[in-house]
Amino acid sequence: MSGDNEETQAAEETSVDEKEVQEKMISPEKAEEAKLKARYPNLGNKPGGSDLLRKRLQKGQKYFDSGDYNMAKAKIKNKQLPTAAPEKTEITGDHIPTPQDLPQRKPSLVASKLAG
Amino acid sequence: MSIHGLKTQHYNSSFIDSSDIISTVEFNHTGELLATGDKGGRVVIFQQEPESKNQPQCRGEYNVYSTFQSHEPEFDYLKSLEIEEKINKIRWLPQKNAAQFLLSTNDKTIKLWKISERDKRPEGYNLKEEDGRYRDPNTVTTLRVPIFRPMDLMVEASPRRVFANAHTYHINSIAVNSDYETYLSADDLRINLWHLEITDRSFNIVDIKPANMEELTEVITAAEFHPNQCNTFVYSSSKGTIRMCDMRASALCDKHAKMFEEPEDPNNRSFFSEIISSISDVKFSHSGRYMMTRDYLSVKIWDLNMETRPVETYQVHEYLRSKLCSLYENDCIFDKFECCWNGNDSVVMTGSYNNFFRMFDRGYRQDVTLEASRENSKPRSVLKPRKVSTGGKRKKDEISVDSLDFNKKILHTAWHPLDNIIAVATTNNLYIFQEKLN
Repeated sequence: MSGDNEETQAAEETSVDEKEVQEKMISPEKAEEAKLKARYPNLGNKPGGSDLLRKRLQKGQKYFDSGDYNMAKAKIKNKQLPTAAPEKTEITGDHIPTPQDLPQRKPSLVASKLAG
Repeated sequence: MSIHGLKTQHYNSSFIDSSDIISTVEFNHTGELLATGDKGGRVVIFQQEPESKNQPQCRGEYNVYSTFQSHEPEFDYLKSLEIEEKINKIRWLPQKNAAQFLLSTNDKTIKLWKISERDKRPEGYNLKEEDGRYRDPNTVTTLRVPIFRPMDLMVEASPRRVFANAHTYHINSIAVNSDYETYLSADDLRINLWHLEITDRSFNIVDIKPANMEELTEVITAAEFHPNQCNTFVYSSSKGTIRMCDMRASALCDKHAKMFEEPEDPNNRSFFSEIISSISDVKFSHSGRYMMTRDYLSVKIWDLNMETRPVETYQVHEYLRSKLCSLYENDCIFDKFECCWNGNDSVVMTGSYNNFFRMFDRGYRQDVTLEASRENSKPRSVLKPRKVSTGGKRKKDEISVDSLDFNKKILHTAWHPLDNIIAVATTNNLYIFQEKLN
C-alpha cells in the first residue's frame, strides 16, 4: 500500500533512538500483532497454516457414537470422563461428547419473517 | 448519485431468531425478481410491481412473490457430520419459458427449483364435483368439456433436480455457465462441473487437496464463470490469489491459465497478513473485461489481461487495520463480505460493519458510506452519507471506530442488473433502495 511505503521511508530518516517508538507508529498491523502475541504467547507463527484451515474444513463435525458413550459411562466408575474443552476447537481427540454437548437442532417449520 | 429509501422489508424484534439470518441475496437477469436465502434453509422471492402511472418517477416496489423451504437440516451419521440447512448461494437461470428457475445450495446439496404461476383452474369436470368428490355415475346424463376459469394467482415452487453427494467439503459457490447448460459448484478444495439436466454425475475440474492434509496451505474461497466465455472460470483462494482456468486446455484444470496476485512487501508482513488477504468474493464485470475481488479491508479491480497487480484498489474500512487484534479475538476477521457491480460496471458496492455499506464510483473517483437501518431509511427520504472518524477529533455526525457495532454486518448486497436499485441485507433485514430520479 502506498500509505505504508511513505511511512517506511519516514522511519529510515529518523534516529536510531526513536526507532522503537517509530516502529510502533509505522505499522498499525504490526502493533496489533504485538498485542495479540502478548495476550496469547503460545500462538504459533503460521496463522494461515494448516491448523486454521483444518478447523475450517471440520466445520459441522460432531462426534456422538453411542458405543463410545456407553463405554465411557462404564469407565466413569473407575476414572474421570475426559471433560470437554472450554472452547470447542478440538479437531479430534480424547473428548467424547455427550448428548448434552450437542446443540439441539430445531426444524425450520416456521415461515421466514421476510415473507410477512 | 443519491440513494433514497424505496421500501424496507424488515423483521423488527429485540430477539433475533437465528434462522432468520439472511445468507444470500440475488437479483434475476431482468431484475424483476429478487431472491433471498436464510440460515433456516428458506428462500423468499420478491417481485417488482410494474411502474404505476401515478408515480412515473418511482420504480415499482418489491413485494413477496413466493417463499419455500429449500433445504432441511441433515445429519450424516457415517461421518458424524451435521449439515446445516443454511442457503449459501442462489443463482438464477435465464428465463426460457413461463416458469422461473433458480439454483440454491447449502453446504452439501444443490437444488434446481422451478417457480411457476397458476392463475387458471379447470372447472366443469364430468365425473367430479367442484370440490373433488366423485359424482354418482347415474346422475351423469350429458357430456361437457371442462373450461379454464381465472383464479387467484398461486405461485408454486417445486424442486426439479437435486444434485447431491458430490462434495466432501463445504460448498461456497455455484455459478451458471453462459452456455446455460452447465454450472459449477466449488467447495474448499474442489470444483465440480454439472449439467443442469444430469444429477447422477458431475465432472471434477479443480482439485487442490494435497496428498497429505498436513501440507494444506490454502483453500478455495469463491468461483465464478466468465459472463460470455463459456470455457473460462476463476477461483479465489484464502491466500489472496485468483486463478483463471480454461476448460479447453484439459479436463482437470489444476494448472491455471493465469494467476492474479498482488506482490506483498515482505517488510509489512504480519501475523494478520494472510488472513486479511483471503478473498471472500470474486465477481466478473458485466463486460467480462474485469473482475473484482473482496478481501477483508479492500475491494480490488483486476484487468483480466494483467496478472501482476490490480488496476484499482478501494479501501473499505482501512481504520480497522489498527483493530485487527480484537477483530481476530471476536472472529470478525473471518467475516466473508461480498461485493457487486452495477449494471454498466461504473460503480461497485460492498458491505461493512455497523450496518454501513460502501459504494465506489470508478469513473468519478468518489466513494460514499451509507447506512441501512430503520431510523435512517424512511421511505422516500434520501440516505445521508456517513463518516467514520479515524483521528482524535470527532466531528459532529461522525462515528468513532470504537463505537462501531461489529455484530451489525452487511455481508450480502446485490445490484439490479439494469437500474440503480440495490438490495442490502443486514443480519435479518432486507433493505431495497433506489436512486432518486429527477
